[in-house]
Amino acid sequence: MTADRVNDFAFKIGTVNGTGSASANGLIMQSIFRMGIPVSGKNVFPSNIQGLPTWYEIRLSGSGHVARTPRFDLIVAMNPATYARDIAEVRSGGWLLHDSSWPLADTLRRDDIAFLGVPLADMCVRHFEGARERILMKNIAYTGALAALLRIDLDTIRGLLEETFGSPRKKHLLDSNFEAIRLGHDYAVEHFDCPLPIRLEPMRENDDSILIDGNTAAALGCVYAGATVAAWYPITPSTSLVDAFTRFSGMYRVEPETGKRRGAIIQAEDELAAAGITIGAGWAGARSFTSTSGAGISLMSEFIGLAYYAEIPSVFFDIERVGPSTGMPTRTQQGDILMCAYASHGDTKHICLYPGDPRECFELAVAAFDLAERYQTPVFVLSDLDIGMNDWVVPRFRWDDAYRPDRGKVLSDRDLEEIEKFYRYLDVDGDGIPYRTIPGESPRGAYFTRGSGHTKFGTYTEDSEEYTEVVDRLLDKVNRAADAVPAPVVRSRPDARFGLVTVGGCDGAVREALEELEAGGERFDYMRIRGFPFSGEVTRFLEAHELNLVVEQNRDAQLLSLLTLETPVAKERLASVRYYGGLPMSAHHVVTGVGERLGSVAARAGEASA
Amino acid sequence: MTYIAKPRVIHPRLEKNALGLTRRDYEGRMSTLCAGCGHDSVTAALIEAVWELGVPPHRAAKLSGIGCSSKTPTYFMSASHGFNGVHGRMPSIATGANAANRDLVYIGISGDGDSLSIGLGQMCHAIRRNLDLLYLLENNGVYGLTKGQFSASADIGSKSKRGVPNRQPPIDPVLLSLALGATFVARGFSGDKEQLIPILKAGIRHPGFAMVDVISPCVTFNDHEGSTKSYAYTREHYREVAEAAFETPDDFVPPAEEITAEIRPGGTRDVRMHDGSVVRFRKVAEDYDPTDRDRAYAYVRAHQEAGEVVTGLLYLDPDSQDHHAVLETVEAPLWDLPFEELCPGSAALDELMERYR
Repeated sequence: MTADRVNDFAFKIGTVNGTGSASANGLIMQSIFRMGIPVSGKNVFPSNIQGLPTWYEIRLSGSGHVARTPRFDLIVAMNPATYARDIAEVRSGGWLLHDSSWPLADTLRRDDIAFLGVPLADMCVRHFEGARERILMKNIAYTGALAALLRIDLDTIRGLLEETFGSPRKKHLLDSNFEAIRLGHDYAVEHFDCPLPIRLEPMRENDDSILIDGNTAAALGCVYAGATVAAWYPITPSTSLVDAFTRFSGMYRVEPETGKRRGAIIQAEDELAAAGITIGAGWAGARSFTSTSGAGISLMSEFIGLAYYAEIPSVFFDIERVGPSTGMPTRTQQGDILMCAYASHGDTKHICLYPGDPRECFELAVAAFDLAERYQTPVFVLSDLDIGMNDWVVPRFRWDDAYRPDRGKVLSDRDLEEIEKFYRYLDVDGDGIPYRTIPGESPRGAYFTRGSGHTKFGTYTEDSEEYTEVVDRLLDKVNRAADAVPAPVVRSRPDARFGLVTVGGCDGAVREALEELEAGGERFDYMRIRGFPFSGEVTRFLEAHELNLVVEQNRDAQLLSLLTLETPVAKERLASVRYYGGLPMSAHHVVTGVGERLGSVAARAGEASA
Repeated sequence: MTYIAKPRVIHPRLEKNALGLTRRDYEGRMSTLCAGCGHDSVTAALIEAVWELGVPPHRAAKLSGIGCSSKTPTYFMSASHGFNGVHGRMPSIATGANAANRDLVYIGISGDGDSLSIGLGQMCHAIRRNLDLLYLLENNGVYGLTKGQFSASADIGSKSKRGVPNRQPPIDPVLLSLALGATFVARGFSGDKEQLIPILKAGIRHPGFAMVDVISPCVTFNDHEGSTKSYAYTREHYREVAEAAFETPDDFVPPAEEITAEIRPGGTRDVRMHDGSVVRFRKVAEDYDPTDRDRAYAYVRAHQEAGEVVTGLLYLDPDSQDHHAVLETVEAPLWDLPFEELCPGSAALDELMERYR
């Protein structure tokens, strides 16, 4: 018998893609969130529109550990095609909820888990009319059963349904949805010992939090930063960023008198054109961005080099997915760290920002536009599928009304009157950043933009020294951004021998792993890097530890490689811990990886002393 | 772009346009293209067109891709903003620039390599958007900078300088533009400036994508016997059917006014554009209607079959509405909107946060 595990367990729902289970799963997530319990939901979905298996994983943790866990206490198996796999994944002593309208093959039975059969299809056929409604309501009915088994508050569910189907026109939907909840709920109460030892109790942890995905958050950041031109080409998992930007533009960017839009959202013919549009708009003075994934960055690379060399502010959101090539489009990875840092041919280097959750997607989106204009260069925001498309519980976003965009060094017509002659690429201030003008603003401000070799005066050149002078300044300029990118998040422990370093969405898994690792007696300092080029603080952290374990989600240790290339830290001080199978990182990946690394360090030390 | 300094000679009696500027004010650096290059004649026609229209130089943006044609923005309008981008991708840069600032005059210069091979997709999609852009395609059937390979506009049987015949069918930008729904389609010849200037003027004033395909012979690689893009061949086979004169409006005609045009006997016809400009078609063939896309297509095709290069302003949609009409953007340039109009502020954010509870 399982001991009571209140607000500390994980369950998973396996369904068929395209059957409407997403809204039921969202309802469960949001109900748990409203009950004040820290929770995370991971949508593990196929690259498919209808018919393939899809899962939704929910973990709740009173102590706030909401990284993905592969240990499931309960699985709702709604897809016969994955019964065997789903049943095998339930932890020993756990539960399997299935549709008992049809018998479950004896070969699938396990003795060490409890099978909870609910005749969902039968109930829905009896209570609802039409195939469509019967299929949809089956999902809502398992939500009802879960409500009884896990003690999800029915009033909270009802409240959410009322918000969705509140209008009189949708009254019948509210009624049928709640009837389906009741069907599942009452059946469970009648037939099982409810609630199970894994269950919910209301908390107050989410009072100042919201439930949001990173792409929505990034889009909101673009709106707040004053971006007016968005160019894109549809690609999973970035599409929902522009979808959200479109939605917010409809809410906030309509001129009241005319109904016209204060922004242009352009679906391009491909990623190359999306990059070109973004760069053209940045050149003409607008805050512009594109949103894509790794495959898109590959296609945009030629244009990225142009924006770097011609010094055109532009923002690129890379919502990373599993590569190489088409890879696994609906799985997550941090596989574009090196590509974005040096995208395009020739010598290039780019400012990169690495948000760790949706709140940082909002904040770093705003920072990206400021940095792009201040440094007159492309800026990358590297999010990933897990951050971008999954719902996260994060603190509410705040906005400082005193904020004004940092447009960088832009000369007005009046400014130009006061200087003898304007040269677009001349480093007047000695900080590597030249002045620019907005096309059309002044007869004195015209200049020629080119991706071909140019002198510091902006004219074409094939001269070695003139060419070198400009590219050296560009390197200097981008390196100086190290102190302007968001500082790393550092947590220090007294007497820590080792550093644990990570980036982006690994944060939750690493923090959870830290507790487990430190329970073993070892102490770690923690650093999550948020910007490139690396600041002095990053170097100092690495140099302060005899060994730094760099945790990331790609095969080739890209963050570690970048640290090796771009800091003076000795390679021996860096060791790699990786998971790159496409699912969000779990604490056990970190614990195991760190354990192996430190074990080998200990072994080497032992050999040396022997 | 490569250039050599041009001596600046200002004659006190040079003719001035409405802005008080002389043609010299619209010139650029000295061309480094080969002597006799058709592109330089096109540049000269363009300078004349913008001077006559009185476009303030700093309110124009000239954009190009890569290739001989794409070098030419250096050779005109030095006081304008220029953007020499990447190969075949000028249309996307122009799309972004135009999205950010709809008030500038956009002049795009491309060639047959830049437009019809590497940049074919971008060109087609700029046409679909009806981007407000003069798209000047300097067409010589050959890659010049890489020394004489056939381009996608080379005719079947046309011979390279080494005598090798081309065996692949050409892409005709005029027919392609007509098929894609372009709202302004013209063809000129670099050797006929008189015809080209009014076409360019009309193209600049046209509120939308103006495709101007100019046969512009390459004197170095494609001006020999056996080439169908040579001066001699073009002069012999070109058929001026729809010469257009462009007149700026004496008085502004409100956009709402109905556009009417009738073919007068004797073959001239006025088409009034929405900004009040008038395009007068002269020497219009009896059976030619420059506002009928299907007949324009059929006409160009029929003459092509007969071995003729049809030139002139071949099609014009007087009701053209540009990309901003599709985007439904505000009248003011987006780049210049006050931040207060763009940022919803903290109160709106606090309210919005409730939706994510």
